[in-house]
Amino acid sequence: MSSNTPGGKPTHYVAPIEETPLVEIDSVKVRTDEKPSNLWRDAWRDLRGRPLFWLSSALILLIAIVALFPGLFTQVDPNSGCLLANSNGGPTSGHPLGFTKQGCDIYSRIIHGTSTSVAVGFIVILITTTLGLVAGAVSGFYGGWLDAVISRVGDIFFSIPYILAAVVVMSVLSAYRSVWVISLAIGLFAWPVVARVLRSEILRVKASDFVMAAEALGVSRFKILVRHVLPNSIAPVIVITTISLASAIVAEATLSFLGVGLPTSTMSWGNDISAAQVDLRTAPQTLILPSIALSITVFAFITLGEVLRDALDPKARAQR
Amino acid sequence: MNATQMNRMSNATGPLLEIRDLHVGFQTQDGLVPAVRGVNFTINHGETVAIVGESGSGKSTTAHAIINLLPGSGRVTQGEVLFEGRDLTKLKRSEIEDVRGKLIGLVPQDPMSNLNPVWSIGFQVEEAIRANGIASGRKEVKEHAIRVLKEAGLDDAETRLKQFPHQFSGGMRQRVLIGIGLSSTPKLLIADEPTSALDVTVQKRILDHLATLTRDSGTAMLFITHDLGLAADRAEKLIVMYKGRIVESGPSRQILQDPQHPYTQRLVAAAPSLASRRIQISGGHLDSIEHEVPKGSEDIDLIAAGEARTHSVATTAEPAIVVDKLTKVFKIRGGKAGSREITAVDNVSFSIPRGTTMALVGESGSGKSTVARMLLKLETVTSGSIRIGGTDIAKLNRRELFSLRGKMQPVFQDPYGSLDPLRSIAATIAEPLVTHDVGTAAERKARVRELLEQVSLPETLMGRYPNELSGGQRQRVAIARALALKPEIVILDEAVSALDVLVQAQILNLLAELQSELGLTYLFITHDLAVVRVIADTVAVMSKGRIVESATTDEVFGNPRQAYTRELLNAIPGADLTLGA
Repeated sequence: MSSNTPGGKPTHYVAPIEETPLVEIDSVKVRTDEKPSNLWRDAWRDLRGRPLFWLSSALILLIAIVALFPGLFTQVDPNSGCLLANSNGGPTSGHPLGFTKQGCDIYSRIIHGTSTSVAVGFIVILITTTLGLVAGAVSGFYGGWLDAVISRVGDIFFSIPYILAAVVVMSVLSAYRSVWVISLAIGLFAWPVVARVLRSEILRVKASDFVMAAEALGVSRFKILVRHVLPNSIAPVIVITTISLASAIVAEATLSFLGVGLPTSTMSWGNDISAAQVDLRTAPQTLILPSIALSITVFAFITLGEVLRDALDPKARAQR
Repeated sequence: MNATQMNRMSNATGPLLEIRDLHVGFQTQDGLVPAVRGVNFTINHGETVAIVGESGSGKSTTAHAIINLLPGSGRVTQGEVLFEGRDLTKLKRSEIEDVRGKLIGLVPQDPMSNLNPVWSIGFQVEEAIRANGIASGRKEVKEHAIRVLKEAGLDDAETRLKQFPHQFSGGMRQRVLIGIGLSSTPKLLIADEPTSALDVTVQKRILDHLATLTRDSGTAMLFITHDLGLAADRAEKLIVMYKGRIVESGPSRQILQDPQHPYTQRLVAAAPSLASRRIQISGGHLDSIEHEVPKGSEDIDLIAAGEARTHSVATTAEPAIVVDKLTKVFKIRGGKAGSREITAVDNVSFSIPRGTTMALVGESGSGKSTVARMLLKLETVTSGSIRIGGTDIAKLNRRELFSLRGKMQPVFQDPYGSLDPLRSIAATIAEPLVTHDVGTAAERKARVRELLEQVSLPETLMGRYPNELSGGQRQRVAIARALALKPEIVILDEAVSALDVLVQAQILNLLAELQSELGLTYLFITHDLAVVRVIADTVAVMSKGRIVESATTDEVFGNPRQAYTRELLNAIPGADLTLGA
């Protein structure tokens, strides 16, 4: 069915209409049998199909239950009833993981130490997201000299490694060490990450026509920010927050390990790891067991952050 | 005489390119999605053939399949591409690289992204020359590069070689790409929408030049475009593609005058350039234009859109908008001299009678969108005044400005960016009502239904989100949102420019209907004069921040006074077509 004889004058060819039926113009049929879809709904649909999402969520749920109700998991008191006779002892009945150098039950200490780590993690992200959201939103959305001031302040905080900064703060405040103080020390230097990410997202969304359309409607600046701009720029903040929760837990353990974290009287994985380091060769389990607890927790939050990132990034999704 | 010699002999007289039953598919997670489904055509030596189609018709895919440059997961699944008797689909990678550039040149679509910004123009032209083995040795290559740029119509080619892409305008970049495409005098040049990113006057100059070059060197050209008028202007033979198939092909004029396939009929009815020429020939008497409207798709007939408009015009209406000596100066910071001033809008005055449409036409950078933003009070005014319905908008307090916003609403260009992706269609359309505190929740819902009906969208869309809709459907939603508060004035900033031609025609028809129904006043901002002919009562032509000419549409088109206006008018494709009307 060549439309044309080679070399000759072109002939007028018309395809049979049965073979090339016309479709209604502009007919992207919206399928009413499917549920409506937007970024969040699509992300949820995407997450539901990922085993890693369920694994990390289940772990986080378990960790949360352990942190809130340690009594459900062990009846052994982690502090009193430690017998030096049991120092660095192996597992016995009722004490499945053995004993620390002080003769305390390791299993019980890990269970009771969970709440400290989780509390530090959550308090830190509470601080970083609050500071980061306000700073990022104000500097990104309102711009001008406010942006200049906030961004420079953020840069200053950003330029100091937050572990180093927290070490200094905790050394100065050695008399007031507590979960709140250590969280504040970490959070105070970790917020610029959130602010920066949010600011750049807001700058992108702010230039959209739908923001201009809302402005032309007379929607107030603040309402535009809350109704249109923030919901469209919050996704990467959620990802970053999940991952930074894990780094906050690591930071607490690091500070406690270095001896500038929580007071030794407070039960914490970092403190236990620190106390166990002298016996690394003779009783490695006293160091390894709380480390494993720490690793599982960090793994759970980082993995959740990673799957959220994949689900919330439509570009990454389009490529699959 | 052996077989190869026989073959060569037949090549000299046979077609240059023959495509037989070409099928191209893209591998996706849902399996192989066909993009081109059984395409046949031939291009003879020195002939210009145009493929016309909308986005998704497979026109670019066909062109890219010829030189094996299919993106990503695309592959030829069936058929032959015979170039001088050689099947290009069967060639090895190294062999096809010899064909590309040397025998078949390509001029890509986007001049902005197709030159590497970190290398000088000279380096990139010389690279092409070396790759195609046209010349060797530093001096010879450089001389050749200068010749290429001169032929491409760039003055002062020698100094241009040292410059970088960002120092070139879009038109100049496209000239460089054309130069590169033609540098080895290929037998076939594929031009994939070579001017769709450029202003119309630049488009005309570039295409004229391209036509001269290919004619002089005897190069055949495959021209890909979405504009039927442009295709007919530039090619002897037309191929109309639809959903991966050729629906009609033949001599350009014959197809334009006597389209047989219903799809081609639709395209002819919806092409602004053709409608504009028809109206031009009729002297503005729309009723007298005889033309066939394809059955079942009356809503894309642009002549009908023009008619709907002329019936609604009230000639003695008082002005809805009066703009007087409007000026906008932008201060640009930076540079050694400190801040620099740019006058984006320079002493602009016009008025729009109630219930009519004024088109503000200009090329990119003419300041037309800045005028729109000042009218909408999204941008401050440097000097001059804007009066809406008799009141100076500069003197309004917050509350008065708020109520003014309800009377004047915009529709923007980008259908993908103008709707908040996280809000449902119902919430988007209801936002004006919520913001201005109109009615109860139930009344708002009823109004949203009414608006959806006005823009011909089904009610089932209410709970849906923008990403589920097509571009045209989104633009309808944007129009519905603009109409929610029953405004008197709608400012359409390139509102149909991003849409495919049939969808564009539908939206233009819808706008014309809504105007006559609701008595709306439109300020229609566009770069496309052809669309203006159909939709506008009066026209103001802007250039470099000033209005160079303003009059009724018939006057501007029938008796343009300024050279610039004449140039714009001449740039509308289809100029030398004598149609059956």
